[in-house]
Amino acid sequence: MNQELNASSSKHLRGKYAIVGVGETEYTRGSGCTTRTLGTRAVRAAIEDAGLTTSDVDGMLSYSYNDSTPSPIIAGDLGIRLDFHMDVYGGGSSIEALVGIAMGVIEAGMCNTVVIYRAMNGFSQVRIGGTGRGGRSALSGSSLFTRGIGLSSAGQMFCQSFMRHMYDYGTTPEQVAHVKVIHSEHAANNPKAYYKQRTTVEDVLSSRMIVKPLHLLDCCVETDNGTAIVVTRVDRANDCRHTPAVIQSVVGRCIKPRGDMHYQSGPISTVAGHYAKDILWPNAGVGPKDIQVTGSYDAFTFTTLLQLEDYGFCKKGEGGDYVSSGVMRLGGERPNNTSGGHLCEGYTHGVNMVIENVRQLRHDVDDSCAVGPDGKRQHTFEYGEGGCRQVKDVELTANLGWGTPGIGSAMVMARGG
Amino acid sequence: MALEGEYLSMPVHIDAIDREHFEFFSYCGRHELRAQQCVSCHLKRFPPTTACPFCSHPESTWERLSGCGAVYSYGEVHHAIQQIFRAHTPYMLLLVELDEQRNEPEEFDGLRVQGNLATADAELAPSDLVAQVGIGTRVKVLFKTIGTGLAIPLWAVDAEAEQPDKPWRYPIE
Repeated sequence: MNQELNASSSKHLRGKYAIVGVGETEYTRGSGCTTRTLGTRAVRAAIEDAGLTTSDVDGMLSYSYNDSTPSPIIAGDLGIRLDFHMDVYGGGSSIEALVGIAMGVIEAGMCNTVVIYRAMNGFSQVRIGGTGRGGRSALSGSSLFTRGIGLSSAGQMFCQSFMRHMYDYGTTPEQVAHVKVIHSEHAANNPKAYYKQRTTVEDVLSSRMIVKPLHLLDCCVETDNGTAIVVTRVDRANDCRHTPAVIQSVVGRCIKPRGDMHYQSGPISTVAGHYAKDILWPNAGVGPKDIQVTGSYDAFTFTTLLQLEDYGFCKKGEGGDYVSSGVMRLGGERPNNTSGGHLCEGYTHGVNMVIENVRQLRHDVDDSCAVGPDGKRQHTFEYGEGGCRQVKDVELTANLGWGTPGIGSAMVMARGG
Repeated sequence: MALEGEYLSMPVHIDAIDREHFEFFSYCGRHELRAQQCVSCHLKRFPPTTACPFCSHPESTWERLSGCGAVYSYGEVHHAIQQIFRAHTPYMLLLVELDEQRNEPEEFDGLRVQGNLATADAELAPSDLVAQVGIGTRVKVLFKTIGTGLAIPLWAVDAEAEQPDKPWRYPIE
């Protein structure tokens, strides 16, 4: 076996770090509290879920669009003294990248256990695209090509890549709508999802147009929530409460040529995953066919589709067939976003999709199945409405984080021993 | 020194220290569409940048472009986010591929410009005009003066060009 694919290689810290705790607040519209409260609650919940105490945590990372509360305040509120922290700018594609940074700083001896969180009032305060904020400042040179032409939201920034994909490959609105339909089926089995109602293709196509080719239901929900995960070394993970989700490889904010001007470099219907895949799979020592559950970021229906293609889950251009074939459905060959994702569960800039895959790997997703005497849910694997959403015998998952068509992150996790 | 103006009630201020944009929009003020061309590798680039994205050389000259191209992709905004654009929906976010430097330096690369579809007199296009434009439509730059020595580029259907029989549009109108 090629050294790059040799699972015993320690070259890329494969198998050395794990996510041991996950925490979240309720997914709401109108949290009625500050991002400081959301962050504190999510971090505390993740530490408790790990079976750790606040004194076990000495590192903290967060990300935001300057719409959140930084980690010295969250840590301070919880009485945690940090040996390392950093609060970075950014949204989607940050969580996987920050997992990589957490592994690096622990490996460097800078700290031992890192909590990563995202706290946002994404509905009641700063909405997607920064609606209501920044609209009144003067247009500078570069913003004449953005705000000056009415191009400011995520949908407005991404629509040309989506449209070109339809043109290049014949992808149809009906195929794309299946992403929402399938994620809504998953959300119906997730008691904490913001939208639990099942949706049809017709519902998507008859919802009002936001920015062609995106109908309202092609766009994710906006919610208020705090979400957090705990990263530590595998040898410490074995003392934690749950089966660890062991990190096999990470790609952090990989970009297409020309970065934010990615549309100069073609084809524009190709996204950052095209480059990220060449790090993700060799470092993990597995390929897309080995993955049982995906978490392909669904800021929009299209983002899920484009990424699955470029990471090699299907051939380029065949994403429309892939997402509408039933492969991604619970009970299908490789379910995607089993919590309902951003389209239905809640908008977290990617954390809830990582949390969901951690729970899948524990074989303990929080659906409505009855809890047995051992404290674990007795999963039925019956995926009817309101039923189970645990995928059977999950050993390997992949998260595909989206920043823009030009920016992506990814992570492969395995069920710990 | 700065270029000052106002567009759709939005104030515009381009400081001279933002040299590349200051120069680009100054040329627009003279109704000239120009792109930086690298003095070393001679490739043109868009939008304005501080170095050559193909060879990293910091020096460039401003070369005049024909201002002709085709719609490479588009979005059509029906729900405006910015208050000021609500009166103009639906409006088009065009990605125009200019005729110069197509498929250079690599296949599928090009000089592509973000802009709005406009009428021949440089107003944002009404819905009946929007409905006629899609991928493949031939367009030509035109300028709207928004301040002293300052104009912005907009894109109109090129009346003199041979148009495709039917440009490609999103299948649901």
